[in-house]
Amino acid sequence: MRPARRSRWRKARCRIFEALSTLCAAVAVIVLVAVIGYVLVNGARALNFDFFTQLPAPVGEPGGGMANAIVGTLIIVCIGALISIPTGVLAGIYLAEYGENRFADLVRFLADVLTGIPSIVVGILAYALVVVPMQKFSALAGGVALAVLMLPTVIRATEEMLRLVPGSLREASLALGAPRWKTILRIVLPTASGGLATGAMLAIARATGETAPLLFTAFGNSFWNTSLVDPMAAVPLQVFQYAISPYDSWHAQAWAGALVLVVLVLALSAAVRLVARPLQTQE
Amino acid sequence: MNESADEPLALSVEHLSAWYGTRKAIENITVPVLERHITAIIGPSGCGKSTLIRCLNRMHEVVRGARAQGVVTLAGRNIYAADVDPVDLRRQIGMVFQKPNPFPTMTIYDNVVAGLRLQGGWNTRELDEVAERSLRQAALFDEVKDIWKKAAGSSLSGGQQQRLCIARTLAVEPRVILMDEPCSALDPIATYRIEELMSELKAQYTIAIVTHNMQQASRVSEFTAFMLAEDDRIGRLVEYGETASMFTNPRDRRTEDYITGRFG
Repeated sequence: MRPARRSRWRKARCRIFEALSTLCAAVAVIVLVAVIGYVLVNGARALNFDFFTQLPAPVGEPGGGMANAIVGTLIIVCIGALISIPTGVLAGIYLAEYGENRFADLVRFLADVLTGIPSIVVGILAYALVVVPMQKFSALAGGVALAVLMLPTVIRATEEMLRLVPGSLREASLALGAPRWKTILRIVLPTASGGLATGAMLAIARATGETAPLLFTAFGNSFWNTSLVDPMAAVPLQVFQYAISPYDSWHAQAWAGALVLVVLVLALSAAVRLVARPLQTQE
Repeated sequence: MNESADEPLALSVEHLSAWYGTRKAIENITVPVLERHITAIIGPSGCGKSTLIRCLNRMHEVVRGARAQGVVTLAGRNIYAADVDPVDLRRQIGMVFQKPNPFPTMTIYDNVVAGLRLQGGWNTRELDEVAERSLRQAALFDEVKDIWKKAAGSSLSGGQQQRLCIARTLAVEPRVILMDEPCSALDPIATYRIEELMSELKAQYTIAIVTHNMQQASRVSEFTAFMLAEDDRIGRLVEYGETASMFTNPRDRRTEDYITGRFG
Protein backbone atom coordinates (compact mmCIF):
# COMPACT_ATOMS: atom_id res chain seq x y z
CA MET A 1 0.00 0.00 0.00
CA ARG A 2 1.19 3.51 -0.54
CA PRO A 3 2.09 5.52 2.59
CA ALA A 4 -1.04 7.68 2.64
CA ARG A 5 -3.38 4.70 2.44
CA ARG A 6 -1.37 2.82 5.07
CA SER A 7 -1.69 5.66 7.56
CA ARG A 8 -5.42 5.98 6.91
CA TRP A 9 -5.89 2.28 7.54
CA ARG A 10 -3.83 2.52 10.75
CA LYS A 11 -5.93 5.39 12.02
CA ALA A 12 -9.10 3.49 11.19
CA ARG A 13 -7.89 0.42 13.09
CA CYS A 14 -7.14 2.67 16.04
CA ARG A 15 -10.63 4.05 16.05
CA ILE A 16 -12.24 0.62 15.64
CA PHE A 17 -10.30 -0.66 18.63
CA GLU A 18 -11.24 2.35 20.69
CA ALA A 19 -14.90 1.92 19.76
CA LEU A 20 -14.85 -1.77 20.65
CA SER A 21 -13.30 -1.11 24.07
CA THR A 22 -15.81 1.63 24.78
CA LEU A 23 -18.63 -0.72 23.77
CA CYS A 24 -17.44 -3.43 26.14
CA ALA A 25 -17.06 -0.94 28.96
CA ALA A 26 -20.58 0.30 28.24
CA VAL A 27 -21.90 -3.26 28.40
CA ALA A 28 -20.29 -3.70 31.81
CA VAL A 29 -21.78 -0.46 33.07
CA ILE A 30 -25.20 -1.35 31.67
CA VAL A 31 -25.15 -4.68 33.47
CA LEU A 32 -24.21 -3.04 36.76
CA VAL A 33 -26.78 -0.31 36.36
CA ALA A 34 -29.40 -2.90 35.43
CA VAL A 35 -28.75 -4.93 38.57
CA ILE A 36 -28.82 -1.93 40.84
CA GLY A 37 -31.75 -0.41 39.02
CA TYR A 38 -33.81 -3.59 39.10
CA VAL A 39 -33.19 -4.06 42.80
CA LEU A 40 -33.90 -0.40 43.41
CA VAL A 41 -37.21 -0.37 41.54
CA ASN A 42 -38.51 -3.63 42.96
CA GLY A 43 -37.14 -3.09 46.42
CA ALA A 44 -38.27 0.48 46.88
CA ARG A 45 -41.88 -0.66 46.50
CA ALA A 46 -41.74 -2.72 49.66
CA LEU A 47 -39.56 -0.37 51.63
CA ASN A 48 -41.38 1.49 54.33
CA PHE A 49 -40.88 2.42 57.94
CA ASP A 50 -42.33 -0.91 59.07
CA PHE A 51 -39.65 -2.73 57.15
CA PHE A 52 -37.02 -1.37 59.45
CA THR A 53 -38.94 -1.72 62.67
CA GLN A 54 -41.22 -4.74 62.48
CA LEU A 55 -40.65 -8.45 62.82
CA PRO A 56 -41.59 -10.77 59.97
CA ALA A 57 -45.33 -11.25 59.80
CA PRO A 58 -46.84 -14.74 59.75
CA VAL A 59 -47.72 -16.19 56.36
CA GLY A 60 -50.71 -14.56 54.75
CA GLU A 61 -50.66 -11.49 56.96
CA PRO A 62 -49.64 -8.25 55.30
CA GLY A 63 -46.91 -5.98 56.53
CA GLY A 64 -44.09 -6.98 58.80
CA GLY A 65 -40.47 -6.22 58.25
CA MET A 66 -36.90 -7.33 58.63
CA ALA A 67 -35.90 -5.37 61.67
CA ASN A 68 -34.52 -8.41 63.47
CA ALA A 69 -32.62 -9.50 60.36
CA ILE A 70 -30.98 -6.09 59.98
CA VAL A 71 -29.90 -6.07 63.61
CA GLY A 72 -28.86 -9.69 63.27
CA THR A 73 -26.65 -8.99 60.26
CA LEU A 74 -24.96 -6.17 62.14
CA ILE A 75 -24.32 -8.39 65.17
CA ILE A 76 -23.03 -11.38 63.20
CA VAL A 77 -20.77 -9.26 60.99
CA CYS A 78 -19.47 -7.54 64.12
CA ILE A 79 -18.56 -10.89 65.67
CA GLY A 80 -16.86 -11.92 62.45
CA ALA A 81 -14.94 -8.64 62.31
CA LEU A 82 -13.88 -8.83 65.94
CA ILE A 83 -12.44 -12.29 65.36
CA SER A 84 -10.90 -11.83 61.94
CA ILE A 85 -9.54 -8.28 61.98
CA PRO A 86 -7.15 -8.45 64.96
CA THR A 87 -6.00 -11.93 63.95
CA GLY A 88 -5.63 -10.97 60.31
CA VAL A 89 -3.75 -7.75 61.06
CA LEU A 90 -1.31 -9.52 63.36
CA ALA A 91 -0.78 -12.27 60.81
CA GLY A 92 -0.24 -9.62 58.13
CA ILE A 93 2.31 -7.90 60.36
CA TYR A 94 4.17 -11.19 60.78
CA LEU A 95 4.21 -11.80 57.02
CA ALA A 96 5.36 -8.29 56.17
CA GLU A 97 7.91 -7.71 58.93
CA TYR A 98 9.26 -11.13 59.82
CA GLY A 99 8.13 -13.24 56.94
CA GLU A 100 11.11 -14.21 54.81
CA ASN A 101 10.99 -17.91 55.60
CA ARG A 102 9.29 -21.15 54.62
CA PHE A 103 6.63 -20.87 57.28
CA ALA A 104 5.59 -17.44 56.01
CA ASP A 105 5.37 -18.78 52.46
CA LEU A 106 3.13 -21.54 53.73
CA VAL A 107 0.88 -19.05 55.48
CA ARG A 108 0.60 -16.97 52.33
CA PHE A 109 -0.23 -20.00 50.26
CA LEU A 110 -2.88 -21.18 52.70
CA ALA A 111 -4.41 -17.72 52.85
CA ASP A 112 -4.73 -17.73 49.08
CA VAL A 113 -6.29 -21.19 49.16
CA LEU A 114 -8.73 -20.05 51.83
CA THR A 115 -9.88 -17.24 49.55
CA GLY A 116 -11.05 -19.79 47.05
CA ILE A 117 -12.91 -22.15 49.37
CA PRO A 118 -16.65 -22.12 48.65
CA SER A 119 -18.51 -20.23 51.32
CA ILE A 120 -20.84 -23.15 51.95
CA VAL A 121 -17.86 -25.30 52.85
CA VAL A 122 -16.84 -22.66 55.37
CA GLY A 123 -20.36 -22.88 56.74
CA ILE A 124 -20.09 -26.62 57.15
CA LEU A 125 -16.77 -26.13 58.89
CA ALA A 126 -18.30 -23.70 61.36
CA TYR A 127 -21.18 -26.14 61.81
CA ALA A 128 -18.78 -28.89 62.79
CA LEU A 129 -16.64 -26.66 64.98
CA VAL A 130 -19.23 -24.57 66.78
CA VAL A 131 -22.80 -25.77 66.25
CA VAL A 132 -22.20 -29.43 67.02
CA PRO A 133 -20.34 -28.93 70.31
CA MET A 134 -22.85 -26.29 71.37
CA GLN A 135 -25.75 -28.48 70.25
CA LYS A 136 -27.52 -25.45 68.83
CA PHE A 137 -27.41 -22.86 66.10
CA SER A 138 -26.08 -19.49 67.16
CA ALA A 139 -24.99 -16.06 66.08
CA LEU A 140 -21.55 -17.02 67.36
CA ALA A 141 -21.29 -19.85 64.86
CA GLY A 142 -22.35 -17.47 62.11
CA GLY A 143 -19.73 -14.98 63.23
CA VAL A 144 -17.04 -17.66 63.18
CA ALA A 145 -18.01 -18.68 59.65
CA LEU A 146 -17.84 -15.08 58.44
CA ALA A 147 -14.54 -14.60 60.24
CA VAL A 148 -13.02 -17.51 58.33
CA LEU A 149 -14.20 -15.91 55.09
CA MET A 150 -12.86 -12.49 56.02
CA LEU A 151 -9.50 -13.63 57.33
CA PRO A 152 -7.55 -14.11 54.07
CA THR A 153 -8.66 -10.73 52.75
CA VAL A 154 -7.51 -8.96 55.92
CA ILE A 155 -4.20 -10.85 56.02
CA ARG A 156 -3.29 -10.14 52.41
CA ALA A 157 -4.43 -6.51 52.53
CA THR A 158 -2.45 -5.90 55.72
CA GLU A 159 0.68 -7.50 54.33
CA GLU A 160 0.50 -5.52 51.11
CA MET A 161 -0.19 -2.20 52.83
CA LEU A 162 2.67 -2.72 55.27
CA ARG A 163 5.05 -3.59 52.45
CA LEU A 164 4.13 -0.29 50.82
CA VAL A 165 5.55 1.58 53.79
CA PRO A 166 9.06 2.55 52.63
CA GLY A 167 11.98 0.82 54.32
CA SER A 168 13.56 4.23 54.90
CA LEU A 169 10.98 4.95 57.60
CA ARG A 170 11.81 1.75 59.44
CA GLU A 171 15.51 2.60 59.17
CA ALA A 172 14.90 6.09 60.51
CA SER A 173 13.13 4.66 63.53
CA LEU A 174 15.76 1.99 64.18
CA ALA A 175 18.53 4.58 63.84
CA LEU A 176 16.89 6.58 66.64
CA GLY A 177 17.35 3.63 68.95
CA ALA A 178 13.86 2.15 68.80
CA PRO A 179 13.43 -1.61 69.06
CA ARG A 180 11.82 -3.44 66.15
CA TRP A 181 8.44 -4.02 67.76
CA LYS A 182 8.05 -0.34 68.66
CA THR A 183 9.06 0.58 65.13
CA ILE A 184 6.28 -1.61 63.79
CA LEU A 185 3.64 -0.49 66.26
CA ARG A 186 4.35 3.24 66.46
CA ILE A 187 5.72 4.04 63.01
CA VAL A 188 4.86 1.42 60.39
CA LEU A 189 1.32 0.60 61.46
CA PRO A 190 0.11 4.22 61.74
CA THR A 191 1.63 5.01 58.36
CA ALA A 192 -0.28 2.13 56.80
CA SER A 193 -3.47 2.69 58.78
CA GLY A 194 -5.47 4.05 55.86
CA GLY A 195 -4.72 0.99 53.78
CA LEU A 196 -5.51 -1.32 56.66
CA ALA A 197 -8.88 0.36 57.14
CA THR A 198 -9.55 -0.18 53.45
CA GLY A 199 -8.75 -3.87 53.70
CA ALA A 200 -10.96 -4.27 56.74
CA MET A 201 -13.87 -2.52 55.10
CA LEU A 202 -13.57 -4.61 51.95
CA ALA A 203 -13.60 -7.76 54.04
CA ILE A 204 -16.66 -6.54 55.92
CA ALA A 205 -18.44 -5.60 52.72
CA ARG A 206 -17.96 -9.11 51.40
CA ALA A 207 -19.05 -10.79 54.60
CA THR A 208 -22.22 -8.74 54.90
CA GLY A 209 -23.75 -10.32 51.84
CA GLU A 210 -22.82 -13.94 52.47
CA THR A 211 -25.74 -16.34 52.74
CA ALA A 212 -24.43 -19.91 52.44
CA PRO A 213 -22.20 -19.86 55.53
CA LEU A 214 -25.09 -18.65 57.66
CA LEU A 215 -27.50 -21.37 56.53
CA PHE A 216 -26.52 -23.88 59.14
CA THR A 217 -24.72 -21.70 61.61
CA ALA A 218 -26.85 -18.70 62.46
CA PHE A 219 -29.83 -20.49 60.91
CA GLY A 220 -32.17 -17.48 61.02
CA ASN A 221 -34.84 -16.46 63.47
CA SER A 222 -38.32 -15.01 63.08
CA PHE A 223 -38.24 -13.27 66.42
CA TRP A 224 -36.17 -10.72 68.20
CA ASN A 225 -32.95 -12.17 69.51
CA THR A 226 -29.80 -10.47 70.65
CA SER A 227 -28.35 -13.45 72.46
CA LEU A 228 -25.14 -14.59 70.83
CA VAL A 229 -25.70 -18.22 71.70
CA ASP A 230 -29.08 -18.57 70.02
CA PRO A 231 -30.10 -18.67 66.34
CA MET A 232 -30.15 -15.22 64.82
CA ALA A 233 -31.77 -13.68 61.76
CA ALA A 234 -29.70 -12.10 59.01
CA VAL A 235 -30.77 -10.16 55.95
CA PRO A 236 -29.29 -12.54 53.33
CA LEU A 237 -30.91 -15.49 55.07
CA GLN A 238 -34.26 -13.78 55.18
CA VAL A 239 -34.01 -12.78 51.54
CA PHE A 240 -33.27 -16.38 50.64
CA GLN A 241 -36.17 -17.68 52.69
CA TYR A 242 -38.63 -15.18 51.20
CA ALA A 243 -37.39 -15.54 47.65
CA ILE A 244 -37.97 -19.29 47.50
CA SER A 245 -41.40 -19.01 49.09
CA PRO A 246 -44.59 -18.98 47.00
CA TYR A 247 -45.97 -15.76 48.51
CA ASP A 248 -45.97 -12.46 46.64
CA SER A 249 -45.81 -10.32 49.73
CA TRP A 250 -42.70 -12.19 50.80
CA HIS A 251 -41.18 -11.78 47.36
CA ALA A 252 -41.62 -8.04 47.66
CA GLN A 253 -39.92 -8.09 51.04
CA ALA A 254 -37.10 -10.15 49.57
CA TRP A 255 -36.51 -7.40 47.01
CA ALA A 256 -36.47 -4.84 49.79
CA GLY A 257 -33.95 -6.93 51.69
CA ALA A 258 -31.81 -7.20 48.58
CA LEU A 259 -31.95 -3.42 48.24
CA VAL A 260 -30.80 -2.96 51.82
CA LEU A 261 -27.84 -5.26 51.17
CA VAL A 262 -26.86 -3.50 47.96
CA VAL A 263 -27.07 -0.09 49.62
CA LEU A 264 -24.97 -1.33 52.54
CA VAL A 265 -22.24 -2.71 50.26
CA LEU A 266 -22.30 0.44 48.10
CA ALA A 267 -21.98 2.63 51.19
CA LEU A 268 -19.02 0.62 52.45
CA SER A 269 -17.30 0.76 49.06
CA ALA A 270 -17.82 4.52 48.89
CA ALA A 271 -16.36 4.83 52.37
CA VAL A 272 -13.34 2.81 51.23
CA ARG A 273 -12.82 5.24 48.35
CA LEU A 274 -13.01 8.22 50.68
CA VAL A 275 -10.40 6.74 52.99
CA ALA A 276 -8.11 5.64 50.17
CA ARG A 277 -8.01 8.92 48.26
CA PRO A 278 -6.00 11.00 50.78
CA LEU A 279 -3.54 8.10 50.91
CA GLN A 280 -2.93 8.26 47.19
CA THR A 281 -2.33 12.00 47.09
CA GLN A 282 0.24 11.62 49.86
CA GLU A 283 2.38 9.41 47.68
CA MET B 1 48.86 6.09 58.68
CA ASN B 2 48.97 9.69 59.73
CA GLU B 3 49.20 10.24 63.47
CA SER B 4 46.86 12.67 65.13
CA ALA B 5 47.19 10.39 68.10
CA ASP B 6 47.04 12.93 70.84
CA GLU B 7 43.44 13.77 70.11
CA PRO B 8 40.78 11.64 71.80
CA LEU B 9 38.96 9.06 69.72
CA ALA B 10 35.19 8.92 69.65
CA LEU B 11 35.21 5.67 67.69
CA SER B 12 38.04 3.33 66.98
CA VAL B 13 37.53 0.87 64.15
CA GLU B 14 39.89 -2.10 64.11
CA HIS B 15 40.03 -4.91 61.56
CA LEU B 16 36.39 -4.54 60.61
CA SER B 17 35.02 -6.81 57.91
CA ALA B 18 31.42 -7.17 56.83
CA TRP B 19 29.42 -9.61 54.72
CA TYR B 20 26.05 -9.68 53.04
CA GLY B 21 25.29 -13.37 53.33
CA THR B 22 28.32 -15.03 51.80
CA ARG B 23 29.52 -12.00 49.87
CA LYS B 24 32.24 -10.06 51.59
CA ALA B 25 31.67 -6.33 51.25
CA ILE B 26 34.54 -4.75 53.22
CA GLU B 27 37.71 -6.21 54.62
CA ASN B 28 40.03 -5.41 57.49
CA ILE B 29 39.22 -1.74 57.87
CA THR B 30 41.13 0.05 60.60
CA VAL B 31 40.42 3.75 60.92
CA PRO B 32 40.00 6.23 63.78
CA VAL B 33 37.12 8.68 64.16
CA LEU B 34 38.35 11.59 66.22
CA GLU B 35 36.11 13.23 68.75
CA ARG B 36 34.48 16.53 67.83
CA HIS B 37 35.92 16.46 64.36
CA ILE B 38 34.42 15.67 61.01
CA THR B 39 35.77 12.58 59.30
CA ALA B 40 34.85 12.01 55.68
CA ILE B 41 34.76 8.62 53.99
CA ILE B 42 35.21 8.93 50.24
CA GLY B 43 35.57 6.54 47.36
CA PRO B 44 33.97 5.49 44.08
CA SER B 45 30.55 3.82 43.92
CA GLY B 46 30.52 0.33 45.32
CA CYS B 47 33.66 0.71 47.41
CA GLY B 48 31.83 -0.16 50.61
CA LYS B 49 31.69 3.24 52.28
CA SER B 50 27.98 2.99 53.08
CA THR B 51 28.55 -0.51 54.41
CA LEU B 52 31.32 0.77 56.62
CA ILE B 53 29.36 3.60 58.09
CA ARG B 54 26.38 1.37 58.74
CA CYS B 55 28.58 -0.99 60.66
CA LEU B 56 29.45 1.82 63.03
CA ASN B 57 26.01 1.84 64.61
CA ARG B 58 25.14 -1.74 63.78
CA MET B 59 22.52 -0.72 61.22
CA HIS B 60 24.26 -3.14 58.90
CA GLU B 61 22.72 -6.05 60.79
CA VAL B 62 19.22 -4.87 59.99
CA VAL B 63 19.58 -6.42 56.54
CA ARG B 64 18.77 -10.13 56.62
CA GLY B 65 21.85 -12.31 56.45
CA ALA B 66 24.26 -9.44 56.98
CA ARG B 67 27.00 -9.69 59.59
CA ALA B 68 30.14 -7.91 60.67
CA GLN B 69 33.29 -8.94 62.41
CA GLY B 70 35.91 -6.84 64.12
CA VAL B 71 36.22 -4.36 66.92
CA VAL B 72 34.57 -0.97 67.01
CA THR B 73 35.25 0.81 70.27
CA LEU B 74 32.98 3.50 71.65
CA ALA B 75 33.92 4.98 75.02
CA GLY B 76 36.14 2.05 75.78
CA ARG B 77 33.63 -0.68 74.93
CA ASN B 78 33.46 -2.81 71.82
CA ILE B 79 30.03 -2.26 70.29
CA TYR B 80 30.13 -5.74 68.82
CA ALA B 81 30.56 -7.39 72.20
CA ALA B 82 27.94 -9.97 73.03
CA ASP B 83 26.44 -8.00 75.89
CA VAL B 84 25.87 -4.81 73.90
CA ASP B 85 22.27 -4.02 72.93
CA PRO B 86 22.17 -2.58 69.40
CA VAL B 87 19.03 -0.61 70.26
CA ASP B 88 20.79 1.16 73.11
CA LEU B 89 23.85 1.69 70.98
CA ARG B 90 21.90 3.51 68.30
CA ARG B 91 20.79 6.06 70.87
CA GLN B 92 24.43 6.96 71.24
CA ILE B 93 25.35 6.80 67.59
CA GLY B 94 22.72 8.43 65.41
CA MET B 95 22.36 8.37 61.66
CA VAL B 96 21.15 10.73 58.95
CA PHE B 97 20.30 9.11 55.64
CA GLN B 98 20.74 10.05 52.02
CA LYS B 99 17.10 10.65 51.28
CA PRO B 100 15.38 12.72 53.97
CA ASN B 101 12.91 10.45 55.74
CA PRO B 102 10.64 12.36 58.12
CA PHE B 103 7.75 10.30 59.42
CA PRO B 104 4.85 11.22 57.12
CA THR B 105 2.04 10.84 59.63
CA MET B 106 3.69 13.18 62.14
CA THR B 107 3.93 16.93 62.48
CA ILE B 108 7.32 18.69 62.49
CA TYR B 109 7.25 18.77 66.28
CA ASP B 110 6.28 15.11 66.56
CA ASN B 111 9.09 14.20 64.19
CA VAL B 112 11.73 15.99 66.23
CA VAL B 113 10.66 14.36 69.50
CA ALA B 114 9.92 10.97 67.91
CA GLY B 115 13.16 9.49 69.19
CA LEU B 116 12.39 10.60 72.74
CA ARG B 117 8.78 9.45 72.59
CA LEU B 118 9.90 6.04 71.36
CA GLN B 119 12.11 5.87 74.45
CA GLY B 120 9.32 6.97 76.71
CA GLY B 121 9.31 8.79 80.03
CA TRP B 122 9.36 12.41 78.91
CA ASN B 123 6.73 14.99 79.78
CA THR B 124 5.42 17.64 77.42
CA ARG B 125 7.38 20.54 78.87
CA GLU B 126 10.65 18.63 78.57
CA LEU B 127 9.78 17.60 75.02
CA ASP B 128 9.01 21.19 74.05
CA GLU B 129 12.38 22.33 75.36
CA VAL B 130 14.29 19.59 73.60
CA ALA B 131 12.39 20.17 70.38
CA GLU B 132 13.17 23.87 70.32
CA ARG B 133 16.80 23.32 71.21
CA SER B 134 17.27 20.66 68.53
CA LEU B 135 15.54 22.71 65.87
CA ARG B 136 17.74 25.71 66.73
CA GLN B 137 20.83 23.54 66.53
CA ALA B 138 19.67 22.35 63.13
CA ALA B 139 19.09 25.96 62.04
CA LEU B 140 15.45 25.20 61.35
CA PHE B 141 13.58 26.66 64.31
CA ASP B 142 13.00 30.16 62.96
CA GLU B 143 11.58 28.79 59.75
CA VAL B 144 9.06 26.49 61.37
CA LYS B 145 8.29 27.91 64.79
CA ASP B 146 4.82 29.08 63.78
CA ILE B 147 3.73 25.84 62.18
CA TRP B 148 5.79 23.18 63.90
CA LYS B 149 2.91 21.66 65.80
CA LYS B 150 0.51 21.78 62.89
CA ALA B 151 2.32 21.13 59.63
CA ALA B 152 3.30 17.63 58.59
CA GLY B 153 7.00 16.85 58.51
CA SER B 154 6.72 15.90 54.88
CA SER B 155 5.33 19.30 53.88
CA LEU B 156 8.77 20.94 54.10
CA SER B 157 11.20 21.34 51.23
CA GLY B 158 13.93 18.76 50.70
CA GLY B 159 16.62 20.77 52.44
CA GLN B 160 14.33 21.58 55.35
CA GLN B 161 13.33 17.93 55.66
CA GLN B 162 16.96 16.93 55.92
CA ARG B 163 17.54 19.53 58.63
CA LEU B 164 14.45 18.16 60.35
CA CYS B 165 16.00 14.70 60.24
CA ILE B 166 19.19 16.14 61.69
CA ALA B 167 17.17 17.83 64.46
CA ARG B 168 15.44 14.52 65.11
CA THR B 169 18.83 12.84 65.49
CA LEU B 170 20.17 15.66 67.70
CA ALA B 171 17.17 15.44 70.04
CA VAL B 172 18.32 12.06 71.24
CA GLU B 173 21.71 13.61 72.10
CA PRO B 174 24.00 11.03 70.55
CA ARG B 175 27.74 11.09 70.99
CA VAL B 176 28.43 10.47 67.33
CA ILE B 177 26.42 11.42 64.26
CA LEU B 178 26.83 9.31 61.16
CA MET B 179 25.77 10.80 57.84
CA ASP B 180 25.36 8.69 54.75
CA GLU B 181 25.60 11.07 51.78
CA PRO B 182 23.22 13.54 53.45
CA CYS B 183 23.32 16.07 50.63
CA SER B 184 23.10 13.94 47.50
CA ALA B 185 19.37 14.43 47.21
CA LEU B 186 19.55 18.20 47.77
CA ASP B 187 20.14 21.25 45.60
CA PRO B 188 23.40 23.25 45.99
CA ILE B 189 21.96 25.91 48.28
CA ALA B 190 20.40 23.38 50.62
CA THR B 191 23.71 21.49 50.50
CA TYR B 192 25.60 24.60 51.48
CA ARG B 193 23.33 25.19 54.46
CA ILE B 194 23.79 21.65 55.68
CA GLU B 195 27.56 21.94 55.35
CA GLU B 196 27.43 25.15 57.40
CA LEU B 197 25.34 23.31 59.95
CA MET B 198 27.91 20.55 60.16
CA SER B 199 30.64 23.06 60.90
CA GLU B 200 28.59 24.44 63.76
CA LEU B 201 27.72 21.01 65.11
CA LYS B 202 31.26 19.71 65.29
CA ALA B 203 31.94 21.87 68.33
CA GLN B 204 29.69 19.54 70.27
CA TYR B 205 29.34 16.33 68.25
CA THR B 206 31.57 13.91 66.44
CA ILE B 207 30.55 13.53 62.82
CA ALA B 208 31.43 10.91 60.25
CA ILE B 209 30.16 11.57 56.75
CA VAL B 210 30.12 9.39 53.68
CA THR B 211 30.24 11.41 50.52
CA HIS B 212 30.87 10.76 46.88
CA ASN B 213 31.49 14.48 46.40
CA MET B 214 35.18 15.14 46.86
CA GLN B 215 34.79 18.89 46.94
CA GLN B 216 32.37 18.50 49.82
CA ALA B 217 34.86 16.29 51.64
CA SER B 218 37.59 18.84 51.22
CA ARG B 219 35.34 21.71 52.30
CA VAL B 220 33.80 20.13 55.32
CA SER B 221 36.05 17.50 56.85
CA GLU B 222 39.26 17.58 58.81
CA PHE B 223 40.16 13.95 58.28
CA THR B 224 39.44 11.75 55.29
CA ALA B 225 39.46 8.02 54.67
CA PHE B 226 39.69 6.86 51.09
CA MET B 227 38.25 3.44 50.25
CA LEU B 228 38.47 1.39 47.12
CA ALA B 229 37.14 -1.94 45.89
CA GLU B 230 39.44 -3.77 43.52
CA ASP B 231 38.44 -6.48 41.06
CA ASP B 232 37.28 -8.77 43.84
CA ARG B 233 34.69 -6.12 44.77
CA ILE B 234 35.78 -6.11 48.39
CA GLY B 235 36.17 -2.65 49.87
CA ARG B 236 39.43 -1.81 51.61
CA LEU B 237 40.92 1.27 53.17
CA VAL B 238 43.57 2.76 50.93
CA GLU B 239 44.57 5.87 52.83
CA TYR B 240 43.59 7.89 55.87
CA GLY B 241 44.88 11.26 56.91
CA GLU B 242 44.27 14.94 57.38
CA THR B 243 42.05 16.20 54.61
CA ALA B 244 44.29 19.08 53.63
CA SER B 245 47.39 16.97 53.14
CA MET B 246 45.53 14.09 51.52
CA PHE B 247 44.07 16.29 48.85
CA THR B 248 47.24 18.22 48.10
CA ASN B 249 49.78 15.48 48.63
CA PRO B 250 48.30 12.00 48.71
CA ARG B 251 50.65 9.19 49.59
CA ASP B 252 49.03 6.42 47.60
CA ARG B 253 48.96 6.44 43.83
CA ARG B 254 45.35 5.24 43.75
CA THR B 255 44.27 8.11 46.00
CA GLU B 256 45.92 10.54 43.68
CA ASP B 257 44.21 8.95 40.67
CA TYR B 258 40.81 9.20 42.32
CA ILE B 259 41.25 12.76 43.50
CA THR B 260 42.46 14.00 40.19
CA GLY B 261 39.54 12.35 38.49
CA ARG B 262 41.32 9.66 36.53
CA PHE B 263 38.63 7.26 37.63
CA GLY B 264 35.57 7.12 39.87
